[in-house]
Amino acid sequence: MRWTLWAPLLLFAFFLGLAGYQLSQPKEQFIHSTMIGKPLPAFNLEPASSTRPGVSLADFKDGKPKLLNIWASWCLPCIAEAPQLEALKEAGVEIIGVAIRDRPEDVDRFLEMHGNPYTRIGADDISAIQLEIGSSGVPETFVIDGQGIIRHQHIGDVRAGDVPELLARLQEAAQ
Amino acid sequence: MRHFIILLAAMFAATAAAQDSLPPAPYAYRQLNDPAQEAKAQELMETLRCLKCQSQSIADSDAPMAGDMRHQVRTRIAAGEDPEAIRQWLVERYGDYVSYAPRVTASTWPLFAVPLLLLLAAAIILWRRIGGKAEHRPGDYSDGEEL
Repeated sequence: MRWTLWAPLLLFAFFLGLAGYQLSQPKEQFIHSTMIGKPLPAFNLEPASSTRPGVSLADFKDGKPKLLNIWASWCLPCIAEAPQLEALKEAGVEIIGVAIRDRPEDVDRFLEMHGNPYTRIGADDISAIQLEIGSSGVPETFVIDGQGIIRHQHIGDVRAGDVPELLARLQEAAQ
Repeated sequence: MRHFIILLAAMFAATAAAQDSLPPAPYAYRQLNDPAQEAKAQELMETLRCLKCQSQSIADSDAPMAGDMRHQVRTRIAAGEDPEAIRQWLVERYGDYVSYAPRVTASTWPLFAVPLLLLLAAAIILWRRIGGKAEHRPGDYSDGEEL
């Protein structure tokens, strides 16, 4: 029997193996923003809370790197990350919040219960800023440098182990 | 049956609590007044991926974020933007992942090239098996190979 007769079967086995291998690999669930290294858009958000002013692009352009925290009072992981945001604030980091699809009374209640690490909180009722910066969920935390350039994206809640990484990224953005 | 309805209501109450309580964006569920523009928007929305529920298009999804994306698409179409420019705007932010319309890129070109190569190979084989022999037939006498 000629060896070429086996070629289709070998090819089939190769594809079967390839499909089997791919199925066994964990699926990447996150959609990473492709806006890293690009500037924030011009925007102006109304205050989302009675306790803090709103947010505009100018607030990010004072030369100091900051964290931009995309969150919401209705988001459960946002409760989980509250202590870490508090720790970052204690470390001298300025955190600007954007509340997605939220009501002022709900935001106030959340801040009362879980602490308020924010210097400003803007209200994004139609996820417009979220879409502008390539964020696909809450919570997400972006490192923004002093010129308003997006330097880093952290997807999901900030856990204790993520705090040093974010501090390092902020340091990097300061240079 | 009554228990079932209560259970059903409880289930929906739980999902509602995990999401926002804000009304949807103005153009999340409202069509554009101009049918031609709405048709353009619909066509585009069917080929954009919902970022929350990643196996659905934004036209199919009831996730609040999909509604916000539909609002973006419809208001941009109404403002006269080209559908492909809107797709490009999203691809710039989320990568090719957000679009269901395949593009030729460094990693996807084999998808487009392989069918062409297979067609070419099939054409060559067919030509050699059928076309080639047919052309040879008149000359078979003088070839002397078969004799």
